[in-house]
Amino acid sequence: MNAPASPPSPYSSALGKSNVETHTLSVLVDNEPGVLARVVGLFSGRGYNIDSLTVAEVAHAEHLSRVTIVTTGTPEAIEQIHHQLERLVPVHQVTDLTATKRSLERELAMVKVRGRGENRADALQLAEAFRARVVDATTESFVFELSGKPEKIDEFVDLMRPIGLVEVSRTGVAAISRGPEPI
Amino acid sequence: MSREMTGAEMVVEALKDQGVEVIFGYPGGAVLPIYDVLFHQEAVRHILVRHEQGAAHGAEGYARSSGKVGVLLVTSGPGATNAVTGLTDALMDSIPLVCLTGQVPTHLIGSDAFQECDTVGITRHCTKHNYLVKSIDDLPRILHEAFYVAASGRPGPVVVDIPKDVQFARGLYEPPRSAAHKTYHPRLDADMDQIREAVRLMAAAKRPIFYTGGGVVNSGPAASALLRELVGLTGFPITSTLMGLGAYPGSGENWLGMLGMHGTFEANNAMHDCDLMIAVGARFDDRITGRLDAFSPGSTKIHIDIDRSSINKNVKVDLPIVGDCAHVLEAMVRVWRAEAMHAERQALDAWWARIDEWRARKSLAFRNSDTIVKPQYAVQRLYALTKDRDTFITTEVGQHQMWAAQHYHFEEPNRCMTSGGLGTMGYGLPAAIGTQLAHPDALVIDIAGEASILMCIQELSTAIQYRLPVKVFILNNEYMGMVRQWQELLHGGRYSHSYSEALPDFVKLAEAFGAKGIRCSDPAGLDAAIKEMIDYDGPVLFDCVIDKVENCFPMIPSGKAHNDMLLADLADDAGVDIGAIIDEKGKMLV
Repeated sequence: MNAPASPPSPYSSALGKSNVETHTLSVLVDNEPGVLARVVGLFSGRGYNIDSLTVAEVAHAEHLSRVTIVTTGTPEAIEQIHHQLERLVPVHQVTDLTATKRSLERELAMVKVRGRGENRADALQLAEAFRARVVDATTESFVFELSGKPEKIDEFVDLMRPIGLVEVSRTGVAAISRGPEPI
Repeated sequence: MSREMTGAEMVVEALKDQGVEVIFGYPGGAVLPIYDVLFHQEAVRHILVRHEQGAAHGAEGYARSSGKVGVLLVTSGPGATNAVTGLTDALMDSIPLVCLTGQVPTHLIGSDAFQECDTVGITRHCTKHNYLVKSIDDLPRILHEAFYVAASGRPGPVVVDIPKDVQFARGLYEPPRSAAHKTYHPRLDADMDQIREAVRLMAAAKRPIFYTGGGVVNSGPAASALLRELVGLTGFPITSTLMGLGAYPGSGENWLGMLGMHGTFEANNAMHDCDLMIAVGARFDDRITGRLDAFSPGSTKIHIDIDRSSINKNVKVDLPIVGDCAHVLEAMVRVWRAEAMHAERQALDAWWARIDEWRARKSLAFRNSDTIVKPQYAVQRLYALTKDRDTFITTEVGQHQMWAAQHYHFEEPNRCMTSGGLGTMGYGLPAAIGTQLAHPDALVIDIAGEASILMCIQELSTAIQYRLPVKVFILNNEYMGMVRQWQELLHGGRYSHSYSEALPDFVKLAEAFGAKGIRCSDPAGLDAAIKEMIDYDGPVLFDCVIDKVENCFPMIPSGKAHNDMLLADLADDAGVDIGAIIDEKGKMLV
């Protein structure tokens, strides 16, 4: 879903464009039809990036869903995204978890690897080191399930590539704040 | 006090409960039940437009001139898509609208039924919020919520899409309640520490300027009154965007005229050289700022806006104040008085002396003619002959719009209805109709161009039907004048498809509709012709034949800064190649 890097708007300010940051935004929304389209449409309509996006209902009785978005941009763009999201009518709260510096981020991935002989043994060994579980196995393949920070998953996938990586399915990042207080 | 009724009855009941007196609409299959209810009542007056775009702009003119919410009712499919331009226009200019759209019955949604379109999908990007009502139980709440969302905070258009089966279904109607919205709570009052900081900065400023916008008008008459009071207390100069004209009177002594691309020399230079900018309900749009990296480089910037996302969007500001203009201005006036503040008189006098030098440049001056009507002269005469009346002005989009903004002087807010953000040709006539409905006894004039007026000319029929005596003052130069001007500046004078060929005879066109047509091409006869237009009790198309090649100056050429303006006398000088003024980078801009 990464938009290709667009040429800077001729009207955009001369503020540095090289200082891009990656932020995780936690957006609590009313779980109503179209709310995800509003959030996603805001990003596409205004030319912001979505690196990953997860959404699920988190409080059924209150009809609340949490959308967790990982986005990349200049600090000015991140500030804009934050406040543009707050402007959407069904949005309860927007928290920049990266700015709080007290967040936990996890992603789940399922990784399919195909191979025989030594490659199988290597795959299993590496999986153990990464605490990945085997959730499906045939004589010539495994499906591993692992969770962790996105970087850890990236690393695991990279290691599986020469062994016989077939494909990966990732959930995107779920995030929460540390400590007793809610986000 | 809930009562059982059909969804269609709820719609009309909610309109009454929301105090709606006029709606603009066009019937069709998916809204017939609502039209049937309208048939049986007289509290809500329905104005039949000739195209749904006219309904949206009509509602905009009504809303902007009255401060109320504008309402339109259109059918599914093409009814909704035709309204999209007007909805987008209202979003860009923060005009409160409620647009009720019919939809195919819920069981047909998604089947590509006749006159089906994904209205909430299509309008999601051009509304402040929208709703698809899938159950009769939700309808009363959503209807009332739509009015609340449209009118509160930063106003904007709201669509309520109502499937036909929901219109027929019966349910319990609930009148509006004042219960707080679940998620939407616009902030009205600003932080007092920020207000005090702003007042402190103002008292210490040596070269201050107020830069105000449509937010002041949207905030209501109190905001304009408070703005005038604050300007009076401080003695600071003030400029405004197109959307903010009238909040401070055009005859006021601190008034510098409009700023921006076609703003005055004094307004733009004062913006560039100020040491304190107080932006009130304005959003640093690209027509205002010109080249961003050279925008008012030495100033401290205070930005008052009800929309947090407007702050730091285009220009980084030093002191953001989030709140409603009227609330913030009231607090600033109160603090200024309570702490017995006074401006830096000596520095301010020096600042005004510099401003007077810029003023002396007379950037709005033009070479008048005895033989041909100059557009600026036409607007000046129109102003002179209508300023002592209760007059409302709407415009289309283009050169005439800028000449209207430069040469028609607005004394009060809500008097200038124009498409600022979206720049919608075709806005002016339907907006004039909406304005006239809100102010039946006022003189309402659409200052138009011959190209723009043809975009919604069908609404002249609406004006005839409802005996709305709107006047359309067409500055006819047989060109899409602003396009022509840009082609001259950017494309070597190659006027690609910007000449209005095969124009109708506007006098005969007016007569064909049942209106009066007047043509004037002689400066000496202009006053008499304008008086004839004003005195006629009915709609008039005034074909004012003007200089075909007059350009709109002053101008900040694309990609240039505020202090790098192109003035008319300079551009007219022999030997100046105006095609060479804008550099390659500037040509990339719109």
